[in-house]
Amino acid sequence: MCKTKKRKDEDKQGRRVGKKSGTSWQNMSRQMGDSHRRFLQTMMANGIIDEQGAKALHQHCCETHNTQCAPDRLDDFIDTINLKLQPMFMQIRKGMSEDNGHQYYALVNMVENDVTRMSSDYADNELELFKKTMDLIVGSEDGKASSTDILNSTDSMTTKKLKKSEIEHLLNRLVQDKWLSEKRGEYTLSTRCIIEMEPYIRAMYQDQVKVCHICHTVAFQCQICENPTCGIKIHNPCVARYFKGRTEPRCPACEDFWPHEIPEVRRPRSQSRR
Amino acid sequence: MANRKRLSNTQSSSQARKHPGSSMTQEDDDDVTFTQPSTSQVQRGLEKVTEAQVEQKTAEVVQYFLVKEQKKVPVRRADLVKHVLKEHRNIYPEILKRAARTLDQVFGLKLVEIDPKNHLYILINNLEPSDGASPINCPADPKRGLLFVILSVIFMKGGVVRENVIWNLLKKLRVDPGEKHEDFGDVKKVVTDEFVRQRYLEFVRIPHTEPVEHELRWGQRAEKEVSKTKILDVMGELHERDPQSWSQQYREAHSSQNSTQQPGSSSQR
Repeated sequence: MCKTKKRKDEDKQGRRVGKKSGTSWQNMSRQMGDSHRRFLQTMMANGIIDEQGAKALHQHCCETHNTQCAPDRLDDFIDTINLKLQPMFMQIRKGMSEDNGHQYYALVNMVENDVTRMSSDYADNELELFKKTMDLIVGSEDGKASSTDILNSTDSMTTKKLKKSEIEHLLNRLVQDKWLSEKRGEYTLSTRCIIEMEPYIRAMYQDQVKVCHICHTVAFQCQICENPTCGIKIHNPCVARYFKGRTEPRCPACEDFWPHEIPEVRRPRSQSRR
Repeated sequence: MANRKRLSNTQSSSQARKHPGSSMTQEDDDDVTFTQPSTSQVQRGLEKVTEAQVEQKTAEVVQYFLVKEQKKVPVRRADLVKHVLKEHRNIYPEILKRAARTLDQVFGLKLVEIDPKNHLYILINNLEPSDGASPINCPADPKRGLLFVILSVIFMKGGVVRENVIWNLLKKLRVDPGEKHEDFGDVKKVVTDEFVRQRYLEFVRIPHTEPVEHELRWGQRAEKEVSKTKILDVMGELHERDPQSWSQQYREAHSSQNSTQQPGSSSQR
């Protein structure tokens, strides 16, 4: 029988103590049960779900297995799962959609700091095209890449060139597999892609990548302060929330007038009046 | 019946070996050279590695199984040893044991050997289907519906049908094996190749038939994953009959062999 090493940050009962504040540690050491497993299986089948779906799923899983469900304990519930997923370099991570500003939970692979996480599903030249698409999106002002631009970028491919029909088919697959989103012929990085690849993107595009001044995560579809000495970026949904109700919107960093159109805050589905 | 089944099992595995494009012969050789290490060999092997190394390999094996299971492709022991375990093949039994425990405790998935001879593994769900509908609609693969129909027919007809029975049925359901289908594509390929590779079906040549005819049976994965009781319930609803009125099928569904199909629970339905 192998002995489990006692962690420095554990007290005699095996509960973690120290650093983290504001969390119930008794919940952290809670054992994984069937309700957690059911939640995880659903996450594996879907890849990414929105916050409301996650809450409903949490409730459903607890009810199915007759476990007590505290609705505000979703993050603790997920922490229990994440603790067990850590040795496999998997995690359920939370992130915001640049499209509607809502929170999503995604099951991500932490092991590779590269697109090789996708290598079991895509060939080398397909991965190269995906990287080129990412280059275009990161370098763009609006966080989008048109199918024309993507097609043109293949002129400089180092791996086996893809035909036009193959590119279209590949882009469809990437959308299906939730790496890209498509609207009116323009491609953006999907929410799942951003959540999963944020560390890779930050490392790969250090100087180029934009970061939101409000929420501090990477930003592609965003607005930029026009003041040449300022130039901060804010996600579209973060703009909507930050400037909501203000008659005269001003840049939070330099206080110059914010010239862009302030979008509406998009409410999650159940809250909308339909 | 049992004898005939065993015969066609060997037929299907030799059939599979001759299948063009399959690299099975190479992998079979690798498996032949891999002999299961003895307990004492494993003990000695464990002494030479650190706990961290063992945990790392276990994690890689778990990942490997999950990736393969996503595509419903069975895992071959030979591949596991060759691609994942590599130099740690001597502690294979310990790693597999830990991986099975992780898959069960973390993911609620049971590691099952569907082919003890060729050492093939699949994962089946240890959790029972929930009573209420899940709030999250899993992207339902339309092929599952197609598969369920085919498995149902085979089961209701005693466990084996000639291929024409299935093709004619599908045509009636406007899924023509001769034409490209909107959702399924090449239907014939899905049934005779994809479902067979995934071990949901067996597609076996009937000897002495000219032109060549095949028969279809349940595959090893279907036997483990699909509930015959459920099929009878669905049939019962469809035909507005008591499932027990199909006495032979009812007996088959509730026989001792099939009680192992009910994952996680000890009670028979």
